[in-house]
Amino acid sequence: MTDAGYDEWVAAIADGEGYYIACPDGHGSLPPRRTCPHCGDDELTEEPLPETGTVVTFTEVHVPAPDFADEAPYVTAIASFGPVRLTGVVRDVPGSDVELGMSVTPDVGVNTTTDEQLLVFRPADE
Amino acid sequence: MNDVRIAGVGLTKFGSHPERTGRDLFAEAALAARDEAGISREEYEEVHYGNFMGELAEGQGHQGPVVAEAAGLECPATRYESACASAGVAFRQAVQTVRGGGADVVLVGGMERMNNLGTSEVTRSLAIAADELFEVRAGVTFPGAYALMARAYFSEFGGDNEDLAHIAVKNHANAMPNEYAQFHREITVEDALESPVVADPLTLYDACPITDGASAVVLVSGDYADEHGLDAPVRVAGSGQGGDKAALQDREYLAQTPAATKAAEMAYADADITAADVDVAEVHDCFTIAEVLALESLGFYEPGEGIGAAARGETTRDGDLPVNLSGGLKAKGHPVGATGTAQVVEMTKLLRGDHANSDAIPDARVGVTHNAGGTVASAVVHVLEVMH
Repeated sequence: MTDAGYDEWVAAIADGEGYYIACPDGHGSLPPRRTCPHCGDDELTEEPLPETGTVVTFTEVHVPAPDFADEAPYVTAIASFGPVRLTGVVRDVPGSDVELGMSVTPDVGVNTTTDEQLLVFRPADE
Repeated sequence: MNDVRIAGVGLTKFGSHPERTGRDLFAEAALAARDEAGISREEYEEVHYGNFMGELAEGQGHQGPVVAEAAGLECPATRYESACASAGVAFRQAVQTVRGGGADVVLVGGMERMNNLGTSEVTRSLAIAADELFEVRAGVTFPGAYALMARAYFSEFGGDNEDLAHIAVKNHANAMPNEYAQFHREITVEDALESPVVADPLTLYDACPITDGASAVVLVSGDYADEHGLDAPVRVAGSGQGGDKAALQDREYLAQTPAATKAAEMAYADADITAADVDVAEVHDCFTIAEVLALESLGFYEPGEGIGAAARGETTRDGDLPVNLSGGLKAKGHPVGATGTAQVVEMTKLLRGDHANSDAIPDARVGVTHNAGGTVASAVVHVLEVMH
């Protein structure tokens, strides 16, 4: 299945060229967008996604949906990148070491259950 | 604007009924409500019906006509889908229809069949209430989403798993005398704290069960009730609905539910009451943390203050404001698309005095129901008043 707008955004993250959608008032959102979900402005531009974000909440999921059966337990986190927040699976660090305030970089990994791409966070180099 | 009165209510027993069809579950609840109302079938003008995952559970779309037929009615029927708030939204639309003069007699309810799928497929099915692109693909499950909110709440306001355990203990205790509840088993704080982790920090006893069941309510206009001498002592005094961004990541708050706050403010203004006037509440505790967020949105507590309410005994059966005397979603059960009107059924009985727990609130006059969809991207609040 193709998800126009979203697929290009994931590919850009994988290439280290992530972006978000910005409106003139500085609100951020993620594609596909035709109008700012915060203020309704339709003069939208693509702006570079900050290279690192900060974990604002997370959970270690022990009872997964079927599409994550081989991943569990896994940590899903929400990280703030300034104008936007992203939700991803934390990789390259034990679940017990994930903590609030942790600095992460966004990347694209593979869901080992489905072989589909998924958004992941990796610990940022200190 | 017409007054709206509750002429009859009905429930199935909540629980695991994997062999029963959705239409049969709804028929049982609808016929119970119709029997209580005593209104002939020709008088019913519309059916409003909530259901969340019928396509996934039964391969059945277009459920409105299917369930109206099962309920023995021949009238237009519409299904509403708003995740766990499906029946609450259906109820609000039915209330508005009667208020606006569009109908004098309406059947409203909801149904969910879940246990025939098994835990893994139910987990997949419930997750579709989240944002598919940005949450589901990142492994967000329904418990996981509330776990994200719980950790954010603990971080911002404090509180811990023991506070949440007291909510589970309270709601299990409340369900004991409720014949319609899924669980009739008291638990302890230790039981809850030692139960397996589902999505850290939430454990099994923070979560509502997987439930099959249905609920139904007969609404009539005040004029119709008076003209026909109906025994309909409970009126719908206020209705409100609020919305928020679908995905948690796009919300202003991770540890507050402004959609429910807006719904409550709207419903209170509509009923011309304040939070202080509320005697009893049924709130959407799909997870224990959700009850905390509900209490704060309903104006009973400031943000950050609701977490200890059950532990302090303020929301228990003998507290100043009993919450979820039915057992709540936690122990009564949560047939997703039936829950909104199930709360109305329980509250109606509580206020009329014929609920197993009515003796806890002998003087109660005003009750509130709070029904939330997803991670409270949808919220519906209703104020019910018993007329003396």
